[in-house]
Parts: sequence; structure tokens; C-alpha cells
Amino acid sequence: MQIRISFTTLICLLVLAITVASAIALNIGLADIEVINGLQDFFNGEQSLAANVVGQIRLPRLILAVVIGATLGMSGAAMQGLLRNPLADPGVLGVSSGAAFGAICTLYFGIAASAWYWLPGAAILGALFTLFMVYVLAGLHSSMLALILAGTAMSSIMVALIAVTLNFAPSLYAMQEIVFWMLGSLANRHFDHVSIALPLAVISWLMMLSRSRFLDALSLGEDSARSLGFNNHRERGILLLGISIGVGACVAVSGAIGFIGLVIPHLLRPFVGYRPGRLMVASALGGALLLVLADILVRQFDSARELKIGVVTSLIGAPFFLFLILKTRSRWA
Amino acid sequence: MMTTTLSAQQVSFTRDGNSILANADLTLSAGELVGLIGPNGAGKSSLLRMMAGLQQPDSGQIYLTSQHDQQQLLNDFSGRERAQLLAYLPQQETPAWPLHVEHLVGLGRAPWHKPMSGKSSRDKQAIEHALNITELQPLRQRIVTTLSGGELQRTLLARVFAGEPHIILADEPIAALDPYHQLHVMELLAEHAQQGGAVLAALHDLSLAARFCSRLVLLHHGKIIADGQPIDVLTTENLEQVYGISAYVDCRDDGVVIIPRKRVL
Repeated sequence: MQIRISFTTLICLLVLAITVASAIALNIGLADIEVINGLQDFFNGEQSLAANVVGQIRLPRLILAVVIGATLGMSGAAMQGLLRNPLADPGVLGVSSGAAFGAICTLYFGIAASAWYWLPGAAILGALFTLFMVYVLAGLHSSMLALILAGTAMSSIMVALIAVTLNFAPSLYAMQEIVFWMLGSLANRHFDHVSIALPLAVISWLMMLSRSRFLDALSLGEDSARSLGFNNHRERGILLLGISIGVGACVAVSGAIGFIGLVIPHLLRPFVGYRPGRLMVASALGGALLLVLADILVRQFDSARELKIGVVTSLIGAPFFLFLILKTRSRWA
Repeated sequence: MMTTTLSAQQVSFTRDGNSILANADLTLSAGELVGLIGPNGAGKSSLLRMMAGLQQPDSGQIYLTSQHDQQQLLNDFSGRERAQLLAYLPQQETPAWPLHVEHLVGLGRAPWHKPMSGKSSRDKQAIEHALNITELQPLRQRIVTTLSGGELQRTLLARVFAGEPHIILADEPIAALDPYHQLHVMELLAEHAQQGGAVLAALHDLSLAARFCSRLVLLHHGKIIADGQPIDVLTTENLEQVYGISAYVDCRDDGVVIIPRKRVL
């Protein structure tokens, strides 16, 4: 499957689709308001119902959907390029489990409720701690295989620790809170969440995008990349740190949203001629689009029992991924 | 004129208690196509990797002398500077993704890329030149995973040429190719040497090595047994001692012909 479309056209189409989806996302909701007026009022600092609904509820939610979708999509593309494997996802080194465990600790001990920044802060620390431990276990100059093994081990440990916190949850309410949080959601997020996720996401994007040449060269293998002048350990370290910061920031504000990092790069790869560097840009846009669309879908349902966005992405992602594998298995066999 | 020289001096390497290389000395000068020969496990790949700067020897030094400079340790070059002078073609390189031929060839320009800029006109020229000399122009839009083994090897070689290196280190570049493609690849490497570059290639086909190489280096158990003109290296004694074969060696006007006859116990 090789699709002939210029990179610029693809990027323009994706940006256009995101713009349309964003406009729809801002226009739907329970309150019947004028979105344009609301936005104007919000940016002019005027208080009105429309300004509050759009500025405090819909806009942060939309921004988070774009930022998180983009980060997860790009991280997935980066990780697949780094591992030279289309089945890798950003969580393969255990960073998302680590972030989830950090966040769950604050829910478990009840400190998440005391200030909004406890949970995201703990999640990012959890992600960075996991990456640090992976490097400690595998060694700084280890092979990629050693890193994956250490990552799998750390991931298992973190999942086990999450199970422990669930097992000993102080109350049913705390347990429900943890489980719901793990499903992933964009509901009830405000600009404080944007202010923590956006800067970290931008840092992670820059770190990943600056390594796109390395990922291209890595298509030829580790030895060839090194012989082309790249310092593989350094490049890999920067990429993994970027992925960890990005994924940590995403998990921190939205919980675990699965499958975007796996499906989106896989879906877009033929459109960019399988070039890993360009795939990162395309996947960021694709991820943002998917998450905005998923959020629109989520908001169509009964708000009393919120459908979690992580559930939707998994529900769409898993069968779709299966379909892709069946369709392309002859080529990867 | 390119006058880059690469030399390994007293290089030794041990892994898990096995001596892979022992005090190997090898100098590769401009204009040479040197064949690195020896049985499987003789240490050819390790020596190539060390001379490419991919593996540190336990002892000994690798020096790279570029055009106007003094002899310099290979380790003192930055990865980028080294890659501009020296290219390495691994044994059986398999692309991870089904890239287009022209994109794969373009990857060879990596040492010349400046940050935050696209392909320069020089990049484009070098890629076109590499596609031309490897006769890949008709295949440039093809996807590399659909190529035959010979076409793929030519693509990978074009990737090396696209980087415009002075020195090419190639690990078994003609293994698993049909005679036509074997000759094609050897001709391309010989041409690179004739134009002032230098090539060190690990080879198993002794007749082709003798036919194309200006010099052969015979490696056995990590030691260099012989280094010189093909005719002086490929003696029946050396073949018996190193490869454990008795062979028919015939020197003719158009080169040396070697036909292995039987194993010597």
C-alpha cells in the first residue's frame, strides 16, 4: 500500500480537518450559547454565560484534546521509529504506567483533592522516575533490546503497584476515583491543566522533532546510523526523554488514553512514504484530530454517567488496529 | 585530489576471552581497492567495524589522515566529520521500512545536512549522481522491499556514494549476489578507487577479489597472515594453511583464477 500524496497536501488536509473538528467541538454541548460571542467575551475579559461556558469549559477541553492527541501520536511515531517496529507504542518503556502510578498515589493518599497540581506533578515524576530506573537497570550504553526488557520489567512493576493501591484502596469512593481516572478523561479540565500540559508537551515535541533525521537514518540500522555520524546513545536518550516528558504530561492531565500512539502512526505511515521523521509530524496532527473527534463523540452521551474518552479510543482503536494488521500482514510477515 | 588515508596500528580485540584480532596493522591509502579476505570468523567484520569507528579496540589505534591535516586519531573526529570522510556498508543491511529507493539513497546525505534546513542543491546533485552511476534511475520510485537482492545491494551502495565519502568500508558487499551484480558492485567500487577514493571490502569470492583488488589482506584467527599483490597472497600454501583447502590457482593475463578442489584435513 503506497499512497501518492505530497507531504504538504497531507499536512494541509489534516490541519483543515482539525480546524473543522475544533469548530464543531466548540459548538456542541448542553448549554445553548453563541460560540463566537462567547469567545469574544472571553478574550476581552467580559463576564457572560457564553464566555464562561466556552472559555472555562469547552476551550480548555479542546486545547487539551489537541495537545494530548498530538503528543501521543508523535510519541508513538517516535517510539516505532526508534524501535524500528510498527507494533511499539509510547508506553513500551513503562513510562505511562509509571505516570499512572504516580497519579494514583495522590488519589490513594487523598492528597489529589487538596490542590489541583498534586496529581499531574506526581504523574510526571512517576514517568521520569520510570525512565531513570529503566536506564539504571539496563545501563547507559545498553542495546535497545536491554532497554525494552528493562522497560517491560518496570512496566510490570508499576502495574503491580497500581494493583496494590487498588487492593488496599481506603474506600470504595477512592477505588472508583482511581479506576475512573485510569480510563482516561478530558471532562472537567480547566486552564490550569492546559498550563501544565502545554509547556511540557511543546518541550517534548521539540525534543522529538529535532531527532527526525536520526530516526530516518535509523531505518538502515544502528550501525549504519552511527556510521552516518549520529551518536546513537545521545540521540536515543533525547528521544526517550522527550517521549517520557510528553507521555507523562498527557497521563498527568487526562489519565491513560490508549491506542492513539499505536494506531495513528500505523495509519499514516503509507501517506508519508514510510519516512519516520515526517511520520512524527503527520502523526501529531492525526492524533490531535482523532482525539478531538473522540471527544465530540463522548459528549454526545448522557453526562450523568460520563463515557470516558480512553474507553472510546480503545474501543475504536483495537478493532481498527486488528483490521490494519489483517490487511497488511502479508507485507510485514 | 583526495588523499585520505586510514590506518589501523597494532589493533587488538578480545571478546569473552576469545581473541578476535591480534596486533593487526593495516593501512588503506587513496586510490586503492583492498580486499579483506579470510575464512568465516577470521575477524574481518570486527576489523572493518573498528576502522569505521563503530567499535573501540582493546588496544592499538586507528588513524585517519584527511587531505591537508596531520595524522589524527579516528576518535578525535566528531561523528559528523568522520562520516563525511568515511562510509561503512554493513553486511546485509535491511531497511526497517518500505522506503522509496530515492529516499533511501538520500539518507546517505545525513553527514552533510545542516540543522533546520531542507535538501541543498548539492544534496540533490549527489543523490542524482549516485543514482546514475549505480544505474538506479529507472528504479528510483520503487519501494526497497520489492527489489531483488542485487537491486537492493546496489541501492545500499548508492546510499554510500550519495554521502560522497573518500573511504568506503564494505562488509561482504557481493555476498548472495548473482555474477552479474557481483561484477557490477565490484566495478563500482573499483571506479571509486580509481577516482582517488579508497575502498576496503571484506570478500569471500577469491577470484573476484584477485580480479578487482589492487591489494589483498589475508586474515586468519585475528592475525594478518599476508598483505600484498593478489598473486603473492593467494598462494596454494596460504590457501591450504588458512582456508584448509587445496585449490587450483592459475595466473593468467586477465587475472588469477582460483578453483577450490577439496578440503585438507
